[in-house]
Amino acid sequence: MTAQTVQQGDLVTVIGLEVHVQLETNTKIFCGCPTEPTEEPNENVCPVCLGLPGALPVLNEAAVESAVKIGKAIDADIPEETRFHRKNYYYPDLPKNFQITQYDEPICQHGELEISVEGQRRSVTIERAHLEEDPGSLQHVGGGGGIDSAEYTLVNYNRAGVPLMEIVTAPDFRSPAEVRAFLAELEEVLEYLGVFDAGRDGSLRVDANLSMISAEEADEDGTIGLEALEAANRTEVKNISSHKGAEKALVYEETRQKNAIQRGRAIEQETRHWDESRGITVSMRSKEEEKDYRYFEEADLPPLRVAGWKAEIAIPELPSARRERFQAEYDLSDEAASKLTSTKQVADFYEDVALEYDPDLAATWVADELLGELNYRDMEITDVEGRLEDVHRLVELVAEDEITAKNAKEVVLREMLDDGSDPDAVVEAAGLGKTGEDEVQQAVVEAIEENPDAVADHEAGEGGAINFLVGQVMQKTGGSADPGDVNQLLRAELE
Amino acid sequence: MSENIFITDAELAGDDADEGPLAGRTVAVKDNISTEGVRTTCGSRMLEEYVPPYDATVVSRLKDAGATIVGKTNMDEFGMGTTTETSYFGSTDNPAAPGHVPGGSSGGSAAAVAAGEADLALGSDTGGSIRCPAAFCGVVGIKPTYGLVSRYGLVAYANSLEQIGPFGSTVEEAAELLDVIAGPDERDATTRQAPDSNASYAAAADGDVDGLSIGVPTELLEGADEGVVDTFWDALADLEEQGAEYHEVSLPSVEHAVEAYYVIAMSEASSNLARFDGVRYGNSGGYEGNWNDAFGRAREEGFGDEVKRRILLGTYALSAGYHDKYYKKAQDARAWVKQDFDQALSSADVLASPTMPVPPFELGESLDDPMQMYLADANTVPVNLADLPAVSVPAGETDGLPVGLQLIGPAFGEQQVIRAASALD
Ligand SMILES: [Zn+2]
Repeated sequence: MTAQTVQQGDLVTVIGLEVHVQLETNTKIFCGCPTEPTEEPNENVCPVCLGLPGALPVLNEAAVESAVKIGKAIDADIPEETRFHRKNYYYPDLPKNFQITQYDEPICQHGELEISVEGQRRSVTIERAHLEEDPGSLQHVGGGGGIDSAEYTLVNYNRAGVPLMEIVTAPDFRSPAEVRAFLAELEEVLEYLGVFDAGRDGSLRVDANLSMISAEEADEDGTIGLEALEAANRTEVKNISSHKGAEKALVYEETRQKNAIQRGRAIEQETRHWDESRGITVSMRSKEEEKDYRYFEEADLPPLRVAGWKAEIAIPELPSARRERFQAEYDLSDEAASKLTSTKQVADFYEDVALEYDPDLAATWVADELLGELNYRDMEITDVEGRLEDVHRLVELVAEDEITAKNAKEVVLREMLDDGSDPDAVVEAAGLGKTGEDEVQQAVVEAIEENPDAVADHEAGEGGAINFLVGQVMQKTGGSADPGDVNQLLRAELE
Repeated sequence: MSENIFITDAELAGDDADEGPLAGRTVAVKDNISTEGVRTTCGSRMLEEYVPPYDATVVSRLKDAGATIVGKTNMDEFGMGTTTETSYFGSTDNPAAPGHVPGGSSGGSAAAVAAGEADLALGSDTGGSIRCPAAFCGVVGIKPTYGLVSRYGLVAYANSLEQIGPFGSTVEEAAELLDVIAGPDERDATTRQAPDSNASYAAAADGDVDGLSIGVPTELLEGADEGVVDTFWDALADLEEQGAEYHEVSLPSVEHAVEAYYVIAMSEASSNLARFDGVRYGNSGGYEGNWNDAFGRAREEGFGDEVKRRILLGTYALSAGYHDKYYKKAQDARAWVKQDFDQALSSADVLASPTMPVPPFELGESLDDPMQMYLADANTVPVNLADLPAVSVPAGETDGLPVGLQLIGPAFGEQQVIRAASALD
C-alpha cells in the first residue's frame, strides 16, 4: 500500500479491521429459512438453524455468489474450490456450539479497496474475506444486564444462519478517519453489488485492532515491520456497528492508549467493548488466554467448485469507476462526481435525469438541491424512493423554463418533501407558472412609470438602481418572472 | 421382552401402509434416527426426553414404502461402543447367544431381527456398528457406500464415517430395505447418485458367484480367534464350490486403521456432541448461575463415561499443538487406507474377512477394558475410513456362537457384495 506517515508525537497509530457484513440473500446460508428480520423471536427457524440433533447443513449457493461478487469488487483471488471448516467454541447464541466458517481456504484472498482520505487516494489491503453463518442473538434481562450478570438471558435464533462475510484487512490504517473512510467506501461498494443492506439492524459489525507503535519503527513510506507490530500490545475493540461509530471508538481508544503510554503505563493486550451510549471503550476483563478453536473440515459440506464462477458472475460498475466516468462523460468536478456516486440509487437517478436534460442542470438539481434538502431533513434518497419520478418532473419543469429555478427549489421541492405534494399541483396552487411575456412587459412599463427617481439614478450610472427596478417587476409578477429576463427587458425599455 | 431390545415401543406408519414395496413389513429403527413425535434418545440420559419435531429422511422413506415402524432400538450411547452396554437404558441380551452381548452399537436393531421382533431393522455404522451386531446376532447387515443413504436425521457421532444401513434375516431382505432408503437427498449434501441407480439391490441377491474373484486380506486374519478363522475358511470353501475363486491380498495400511479411526471419530464426536448443552433440548439440570458452569453440569450429568472419554480425547486430538500430530496424521492414514483398498480391489471383485475377529463377548466382559473393545473393531473400521460398502452375512458358528463373514466392495459396488453374500444365505 502507499501509506502516508502520520506523526503523532513519536507514536504511530496502527489499526487493522475484521468487518462482518450480513449478505442479502432470501434464505439462510445452510437452510431454507427466510433471512427477513421479524418481530417475533424464534420464528424463522428450522431443525438445521436450531442445530437439532441429526439436522445437516446444505449450502445456499446464492451466498457463494454474493461472496464471489465481493471478491471481484475487491480484486481478490478466488480459488478453484471453496470449502468449510468448523470453529469450535461454546457460547449460548451458537446453536451447535460450533460455527461453520472458512479457515485455510477462504473464498477471497489478497484483495484491496481504494479509499479517499482528505483528497488523497490510497489502497487498503484486504487479506481475506470468507463466508460463515451468523449466530443467534442474546437478550440479557434484569440483574447487571451482561451475560454473566443478568438475571436471565433470552436467545433468539432468527438471525442464526444468516450468511455473513468476514472481511479482514491488513493493519494498514494510520488513523480512525481512515477507518471511517474505508468502512463508508466498503458499504458503498457492497450496496452497489446489491449484496448488502446498510439499513438492516446489525448488518455491519466491526472488530478493530489498535496499537501504538514508535514512529522510529516506520519506514520512510510509513510501512511498519511485522516484528514491531507483533511486539506491540494491541487492544481489540468490539461492538462497533457503523462507520461513524468506528471512528469515535477508535479516537477514544487511540487517546486512551496515548495517555497511558505518556504516563509510562503499559498497554495491556485485551479485548475492549465499545459502549456507544457512553462513548467509551471498557475492558471486557475476561482473561485473555489464546483461544483455541480447534478448526477442522466440515465433512457435511463437500467442497464446492467455484473455478468458473468469477468469469460467469457479472458485477455492476463500481463507485470509483463510475465516479471517473461521470467526470469524463458529463464533465463534472471531482466533488460533484463523488456526491453523485455516493450511493447507487443517487447515481442511477442522476444518469436518468442527465441523459434527458442538461447534465450540468441535472448535477445541480441532484447533487445540490435534492441531496441538500434531503440532508437538511435528515433524510436519505432511499426515503424518497417512490417519489423520484416527481423530482424528475420538477427538473423537467425547470429545464423547460416553466418555472424559475428559485421557485422550483424554495417552494416546490420543499413542499414536495414536507407535504408529499406532487410538483404540478404545487405550481398550480401557488401560481408559480411563469408569467406570460405581455404581462411581464406591462409590469416593466409600469415599474418605469412609477419609479422616476430610480430611472434617473440608473441614467446617472448608479448600478443598484436597475436591481431595485427588477425587484419591483418581480413583486408585480408574484415572483414568477425570470429575473434575468426582467433585467434585459428593463434595459431595453430604458434605452 | 426380556432382551431389552427396544428403548421405546412405537407404531408408526405412513398414510398408504397397504401399498409400497414394504407394505405389511415391520421395521425396528435404531434410536439415533430421528422420528417425529417419538423420542429419540441415542441411548443417552442426555436425550432421555428428547422428541424430534421431524422425521429422518430414511424414516420418511420407510413410511412412504408402506413399512410399519415398531420401535426404537437400544444402542451404545451415541453409537460409542461395540456391545450396546454403554446404553443408559441397560444392556441388551443376544437372542442368538443368550448371556452374550448382541454387539454394537446397533445391538438392539440386530437383536430385533434375530428375535423376530421385527422383519427388518435400520442401524448406523460408523466403524462397524451394523456389521458387528449382525455378526454377533447371526443376521445380515449392510454398511452402504458413504453417500448412498441420506444421513439427514441421524444424530451424528462421526459424520465423515457413518452411514445408515439395513438389517434382515436374509441378504435379499436386507437388500430390499436398502432399495427403499438409498438415493440422493437434497437435505444431505454428501449423498450421491449411485452410477447404476436403476438396478435393484434385492435383484442382485441371486446367489450367482460363478467366476467371482475374492481377495482375502491377510492382515485381517492376523490375531483373530481360531474358531472364527476356521469358520471363515469353511465359508470361503462353500463360495469356492459355487464357482468363486479366492486369492490373498495385502492391506499394509490397516495396522494403523484402528488408531486413525479412533482419532477421527473422537475428534468429530467432540464437535458433533457439543450442541448438547441443555439449552434447546435434552438434559438441562435447570442450574442457576454462569452459563458455562450450567453447560458443564448438564453435560457432566447427561453423558456416560464412554462418551465423556471420547469427547475428551477428541478435544485433545484437535487442540493446537496436537492437531498435526493426531488429527492430521489420522487423515493421512485414512488416505493411505483408501489407496490400499483401491489397489486390492483392482485384482478382486470383492474382499472377504471375518467381520469380527472374536465371537460375541459375554455380557459385562469387556466393559472395563476399552482397549479390548476398540481392538475388536480392527476388521470393520478400515471400511469406514475408505467409504466403501460391506455386508456381514452369517458364516456359521464357533462353540455355538455366531460368526459373520464380511464382504467388501468398491465404492457404490453394493450389487457385487450383495450378490456374493447371497450365495451364503
Ligand atoms: Zn433454518
